[in-house]
Formats: sequence, C-alpha cells, structure tokens
Amino acid sequence: MRFGVVVFPGSNCDHDAYHVISKHVGQPVDFIWHRQTDLSGYDALIIPGGFSYGDYLRAGALARFSPVMQSVKNFAAEGKFVFGICNGFQILCEAGLLPGALIRNAGLHFICRHVNIRVENKNTPYTSQIDEGTVLSIPIAHAEGNYVCDDPTFNALEENGQIVFRYCEDDGEITAEANPNGARSNIAGICSPDMNVLGMMPHPERACEELLGSNDGLGIFRSLTAAIQSN
Amino acid sequence: MKAKVFVTLKPGVLDPQGKAIHHSAELLGFGNIADVRQGKYFEVEVNGGATAKEAREAAERLAKDVLANPVIEDYKVELEA
Repeated sequence: MRFGVVVFPGSNCDHDAYHVISKHVGQPVDFIWHRQTDLSGYDALIIPGGFSYGDYLRAGALARFSPVMQSVKNFAAEGKFVFGICNGFQILCEAGLLPGALIRNAGLHFICRHVNIRVENKNTPYTSQIDEGTVLSIPIAHAEGNYVCDDPTFNALEENGQIVFRYCEDDGEITAEANPNGARSNIAGICSPDMNVLGMMPHPERACEELLGSNDGLGIFRSLTAAIQSN
Repeated sequence: MKAKVFVTLKPGVLDPQGKAIHHSAELLGFGNIADVRQGKYFEVEVNGGATAKEAREAAERLAKDVLANPVIEDYKVELEA
C-alpha cells in the first residue's frame, strides 16, 4: 500500500497529511509534485489543503490545470482513492471530480476553529470504521467552504448517499446554528457516486493526536486504509 | 484585438461580498441602492493577426474553460472595436 500527497505551489497542509499517514496510519507515503504525471504504484492520493496558486481566480481553479490533474482524473476513473481536504475539496469540484462548488462563507470571515460533523453514511471507503451518526470534532480553516449545488445535483447526492459529513451540534442535531459557512444542507463533505473520491472542508489530518485537541480524524484514515487493503 | 470578459454569479447564488458592499453603501447614506452583486472583469489581448471571429472564439473558450465556473457563474464576452 502506498499513499501520495499531491503538492501544488501554495499547498500548506501537505506535511500534515504526510505526517498522519507515515506516523499514525503507519503506511508508506510520498510527496507528488504537481508536475509529475506518473501515478503508478499509488493506491490513494491526498489532495491537501492550502492556497494552491494563491487562490487566484477562484479557490482551486488554477490547480485544475496542473499536469498532475489529468493523471488524478485517470486515477479516480480506475476506482482508486482520491481524498481532497479543504483546498483539495475545492480543487476536486473545480476539476469536475465532485459536483457543485465552494463559494465564500456566508459570514465572509475566514473561520478557523473546531466544528462538529456527523457521519451521514457509514458505507463509504472513508467511514467504514466509524459508526453512522458519530459526531466528530474536526477543525475547519477556510474562507470559501460554503457548498452550493443545484437541486438535481442535491437530490442525486441525497439519493446516492453521497453526503458523507454534515455540520452538527454536540449531540449530532443538524441546525442552522451549527453550520459555520452557509453550506447547503450543512454539507461538510461529499463523495463521488462510486464513493472512491471524497472531498471535505474540515481537516481530519489536524485531528489525529490528543495533543491537538482531538483524534477524531483517525477513523477516516483508518477506514481508507482498510478500504485499500480489501481492494 | 482586445476582448472584455465579464464573469458574474448566476442569479440565486449567494454573494456575501456583494451584500457587504451593499451594507457599506447603506452606511454611507446611499438610500437608493437596492442591491450589489460582485463579479469579475478580464481584459484579454488576442494576437494582432486574429479576425474578430477568431478573437471572440478564443475569448469565449477561455471564459468557458477557465475564467468562469459554470456551476455558479455566467460570462459575457465583448470585443473592443
């Protein structure tokens, strides 16, 4: 099993992801510079958070044209795992690997704090080791995390179980108050119809050690590891 | 030849920045501004030899593939005479 962390100019959560995979998941992992196009030998890719290309034009818009991205599309089409976190989620939406878009937070501010998210679907490669309905405490750090999509897209997401995480209260209740950024239906993370591509705004790689206030992110990485093993 | 590309949020897509600008306008005493929507404006210089048709096609393709995200945005291209 081998993980790759894709690095764009302006990525800044690449080392966090690398650290979690190598130290806490205990699997081999490489950085993949965005000019690399050979992804053979990898089982899962992490598209990390940060500000690829300075968020110029739109968050994630220019990273879509990096040489590695065509390979990432082929990689995903083969059913392999692509996990976008924060800016990575924005990039996957811009690249058309996930539906919808992420626009400016409803309250305009950049928000950096722990939020609660509820696991909405346990039957995904990213949540199989977590009970459905579990509330995870995971930090967000974004200004453009307000998920939008049209009605047909939203209905398809719901029907296919592609809504994986929703912002919630401590007890798991989904409320408007628990929604930090105005995202449609409190959506914090979605997956592709085949469930091998996941995008989420919260940062599970920043929540894998008690020292950092929460290790609730570990379940996601452990689930992914289990999915790779059974693939 | 220069093409002007205007990228605007689709109707119905929330524009928090436009709202903040509108709010500021109200604070400044503008009583007659009903709404503000923020967009983007690009000046695209097309190579001198291009015909108007070629220039428009190039700008349209750039707008569609790069400058606008069709999920949330519309675009309009104008050629400068």
